[in-house]
This record gives sequence, C-alpha cells and structure tokens, in this order.
Amino acid sequence: MTRDDGWLQRTRRSFLIEAAALAGAAGVALPRAVEQTSATPASMHAAVKNIVGEAPLNKGKVKIDVPALIENGNAVPLTVSCESSMTQEDHVKAIHVFTEKNPQPNVIGARLGPRAGRASLSTRIRLADTQKIVAVAQMSDGSFWTDEVEVVVTLAACLEGS
Amino acid sequence: MARALINAPAKAKRGEVIEIKTLISHIMETGFRPDSTGKPVPRDIITEFICKYNGEEIFRAELFPAIAANPFLTFFTVAGESGTLSFEWTGDNGFTAAESVNITVE
Repeated sequence: MTRDDGWLQRTRRSFLIEAAALAGAAGVALPRAVEQTSATPASMHAAVKNIVGEAPLNKGKVKIDVPALIENGNAVPLTVSCESSMTQEDHVKAIHVFTEKNPQPNVIGARLGPRAGRASLSTRIRLADTQKIVAVAQMSDGSFWTDEVEVVVTLAACLEGS
Repeated sequence: MARALINAPAKAKRGEVIEIKTLISHIMETGFRPDSTGKPVPRDIITEFICKYNGEEIFRAELFPAIAANPFLTFFTVAGESGTLSFEWTGDNGFTAAESVNITVE
C-alpha cells in the first residue's frame, strides 16, 4: 500500500465517523424541533413532576374556573382558587398552571403566603388547541393538590403568522 | 414605559381581604410565531411580576408565553397597615416597569 492510499483511507474513515456523528446529531435534534411546536401530555407531566418531585399529587382543594367552550384562544379568562385557611401554619405556598398542547406546558407559576388572605388568582391565558388545563397547588405542609379541566377551543391562539 | 393600571381599594378595614387587579400593556410575543418571511419572531414577554406591601413581598408570579398579551393578574392580600403597594414587572430585552398605589387602613 502506498503512502497515498493510507492517507485516503484515513480521510475516508474520518469522513464516515463524521457522517455518522452528523446523522446521530440530526436524529436527536429532529424530535426536539418537533416537540417545540407543541407540548405533549408527556412533557406536561414532566413539567408537573419538575414542581412536585416524588410527592403524591392529590385531587381536590384546587378549583380551576375557565369557560368550557372558548371561542378565542388568544385571551381566555382563567381563575384558580384553592381552599385554605391561609394562616401562618396552613397556607398555600404556590399555584402552578400547565397545559397539555400549548407550545410550552408552563402557563404561570405564582408564589403566595399567609399574607395573601385568600389563595386565588385570575389571569388571561392563551390556548393553542382543545386541551386539558392542570393546576397544581403546593401547601405549606408540603402536600400537593391538583385539578384539571378539559376545554374546547374554537379559534386557537395564533401560532401561524398573522 | 409601559402603561400599567392598578385597581386596589384606597381604603380598607384592618384584617380585611382585599382584591388587587393589575394590568400592563405588553405584546407578550411568544417566540413561536413565524413572521411573513417564515422566521420565528423572537420571544418578548414579561417573565416576572412581584407585588410588595410596605416592602414585604406578598405575591410573585413567573409568567410564560401562554399568558395573553397585556398581562392581567388578580390576587388577594390582607390589609395590614396603611402604606404602599408596589408592583414590579420584569421581562425580556431588559424590560422593567414599576407602579405603586397607597392604601389607607382604618
């Protein structure tokens, strides 16, 4: 084998390695890019888990108030309230809201304390699709409570250019 | 500076639970919408809101692109002492806004 051949061999090998690496990178990058356009129930669960950790998630105490049928997903009135005496010993520490099919699962994360008096917040949110909204409240004793509602959205919040 | 509206009672009884409503003008560009050339419009949102009552933090919210344009927030607090309710918004591209209202507690 001549010296030239050896050189060729090396480049071919390195080319193959590079190509494989590139294909691998593309394979990883592609699902991520798809995920960006819409959160999935799985990514919502991941976002919830990020807040809750391994603690059990109990149903109840929290109440989501949102119209069941939404004509315009660009501004949807949302109220999340939570049963609590809001005393120093027993209060709501945080309220989080998540959606299933928006581009990003998180909607809002609020921190409150005994000074709030009433554990309730209202805002206006965007909804990209007919989907499930989940609220999670964290109590001062470390327990987590949740509520979820299904909403139907007629006109989605714009993801396309307008 | 962005225009902010605060609706809170000017007078309250001690220990009363009062409702505070805030609204601020902001486009809340999600970063997920493409422009006419197909490129995504960069994200420009308010990321954090803090309300303080006489310097003590009573409410804080982390906002995401799913919050509608012109973020509107309603929350509650217990009227303690007469003083000031101050509000702060911070966001992308160095956005900051502040507003404050006085409250008289009887």
